[in-house]
Amino acid sequence: MRSNFRRSRRLVTYAAVTALATSLLAACSSDDEGGSAGSDGKITLNVGTFGVLGLKQAGLYDEYEKSHPNITIKENVIERNDAYYPKLLTQLQSGAGVNDVAAIEVSNITEVVKTQGAKFEDLGKAEGVEKSTYLDWKWKQATTEDGKTIGLGVDIGPTALCYRKDLFEKAGLPTDREELAKEWAGDWDKYVALGEKYMKKAPKDTKFVDSASSVYNAVFAGAKERYYDKSGKEIYEDSQGRKDAWDAAMKVAQGDMSAKLKQFDPTWDQGFANAKFATVACPAWMAGYIQEKTGPEGKGQWDMAKAPTDGNWGGSFLGVPSAGKHKKEATELAVWLTQPEQLAKVFAKQASFPSTPSAYDSLKPSAATKAYFSDAPITEIFAGIAKNTPSAVYGIKDAQIGQSITDIGVLQVEQQGKSPEEGWEAAQKEIKDVLGQ
Amino acid sequence: MSETAEYAETASPDKGGAAPAATGSTSSRTPSPWRSRLYRWDIKASPYVFVAPFFLFFGAFGLFPLLYTGWASLHRLELTNLDDSTWLGLENYTNLLQSDYFWNALGNTFTIGVISTVPQLAVALGIAHLLNYKLRGSTLWRVAMLAPYATSVASASLVFTLLFAWDGGMVNWLIGSVGFDPVNWRESSWGSQFAVSSIVIWRWTGYNALIYLAAMQAVPHDLYESASLDGASRWQQFRHVTIPMLRPTILFTVVVSTIGATQLFGEPLLFGGTAGSKGGADHQFQTLGLYLYDQGWINGHLGRASAVAWLMLAILLIIAAVNMLIARRMRKDR
Repeated sequence: MRSNFRRSRRLVTYAAVTALATSLLAACSSDDEGGSAGSDGKITLNVGTFGVLGLKQAGLYDEYEKSHPNITIKENVIERNDAYYPKLLTQLQSGAGVNDVAAIEVSNITEVVKTQGAKFEDLGKAEGVEKSTYLDWKWKQATTEDGKTIGLGVDIGPTALCYRKDLFEKAGLPTDREELAKEWAGDWDKYVALGEKYMKKAPKDTKFVDSASSVYNAVFAGAKERYYDKSGKEIYEDSQGRKDAWDAAMKVAQGDMSAKLKQFDPTWDQGFANAKFATVACPAWMAGYIQEKTGPEGKGQWDMAKAPTDGNWGGSFLGVPSAGKHKKEATELAVWLTQPEQLAKVFAKQASFPSTPSAYDSLKPSAATKAYFSDAPITEIFAGIAKNTPSAVYGIKDAQIGQSITDIGVLQVEQQGKSPEEGWEAAQKEIKDVLGQ
Repeated sequence: MSETAEYAETASPDKGGAAPAATGSTSSRTPSPWRSRLYRWDIKASPYVFVAPFFLFFGAFGLFPLLYTGWASLHRLELTNLDDSTWLGLENYTNLLQSDYFWNALGNTFTIGVISTVPQLAVALGIAHLLNYKLRGSTLWRVAMLAPYATSVASASLVFTLLFAWDGGMVNWLIGSVGFDPVNWRESSWGSQFAVSSIVIWRWTGYNALIYLAAMQAVPHDLYESASLDGASRWQQFRHVTIPMLRPTILFTVVVSTIGATQLFGEPLLFGGTAGSKGGADHQFQTLGLYLYDQGWINGHLGRASAVAWLMLAILLIIAAVNMLIARRMRKDR
């Protein structure tokens, strides 16, 4: 009796231990199962993105799933790129848990090309890819020195200026987009001068811009010289583009023209909703953001004009990591998603501007977007800027250097009342630390 | 072979004081050598199997990362290329000790730690004392105490960020209604540290209060009875009975809070918003945890980040040693 009892107890123990062990093993392994083929031959493709890329919102995944019944698409979104990018790097390094298709932000593309090039498929050679489909500079940005193209362009960020007509009118400024564009054409100082004029008669509790950093980024978007020279050497200290952007930001910060908000903070969102600022730098991808955050009351109040200089702020690529399980299918998907017809649909939904010039003539923003921005000729404005954007040299730590300047240097002057010299010194010190010097 | 099997059988605690007859009956159906080997193996191995899960987990998630970061801290290791590392010796450590950012982060960690831990524990003790009285709906109060602890860092920090927003935040509105100028909480040095501490205090006070309450309820009632017979007021009872009896518990919460304060990460990161790992434009609320994250995952210097991690461990060990000394002194005093 007793030995029977003992045996059964032992059995139970063994069973428990085995169950525990197998569940542990299962828990450990289930992580890299993502994107495996099911028993019915169905394939799940994981697409890793940051922010709102608009591919899903434009219904492209649904469309692709319909024409490819054996494929299911799952999008893994991380809201901010500064959280998404380190994760992408670790996944690429370990080869585990990589997405089948991965989005890459333009400020990281050089680092990815230079250090992770071997870990991506060559999309330049993929079936159905024509180099001429894409903007030349966009194509080059994602191509390694030995001619391997690791990412196909999704959107670019031709940068216009968005402004609130109602606030401009109250401050006694012109509200016509042509007139404004002419007034500040070619020179950001003229834009700042208009800001000074605005502040003299500013409606209560409003400022001219959302933040000095956004002015920095907008001016810098049109820079011919950025943080690195062609040989890959850092030139951020003497770069003319950097200096111009810094000077404009300093004027805004010291002239009390900014609402002192930090972009992409919750308080910045509230700033849109409460009409706290009259202008905001407006890369194409920002248009959707403005609509969402300002809400229905902003309809017909916002308008859009060409900025003093033509430039590009932001944009993204799609790449196919070689560690993925379904490289063939993933490549097909990435190629399909970045064709002009598909990107035109993203534009129609989200106003993210395609990196494929052939689409420009046929681009139509959604009726809602058009009405929201006071019937501005959005397509023409963005296409015109995209055509004139100077081809600039990007560098390996562009993202981190830019962040050191805007979130340390500019912010110290704007919000902590430090002098521009102090601010620049702090930014320089930060950059040196970032670069490990 | 069968002799040892016999021996094992008789020696087993189960058969402890069994009569010879019983032994006889067992040997009459002597198990096969295979079975007895299995049985011995079971006796020897089972305990290890039972404790194995802990050691496996600890090895995989505790020991290995610890040793790997130790190794990484002695190398130049970049996030962009984990396969390539160069031996640096102690260079990462000497660089850190010469870096203003490191000392700034250490200082911030200390000041935020003090202004969050001290009021937190003091208030928790007070609340626990109040909850210890016979109250109507005491369970409700106790649950309410624990609610902030059950809130996620993310949502708590989001709400506090909005409360402390410099334009249109509720805190500035309140101090404005009393006639003060609005404060740019996030970008002022003491203001940001106060704001971050307030999140910590809000989240952890209730938790500590419940720990104190549990300890208070274990204090024998007759102590209070005799104290009140001696004419001690409630306050005197609290000071001379409750606090001394709670000493070990207080020490425990101090240690746990100190460890928590040293590792403070989520609250300042989310309070900082965009580029939160910088801890403000002047790094005014960048804690060691944030500095580690900034170095490793934003700047991509994993080697240096590992060195920060090891220095944090060293700091915790020093704190533990000091704590042990104090505890020993306290025991001697008694």
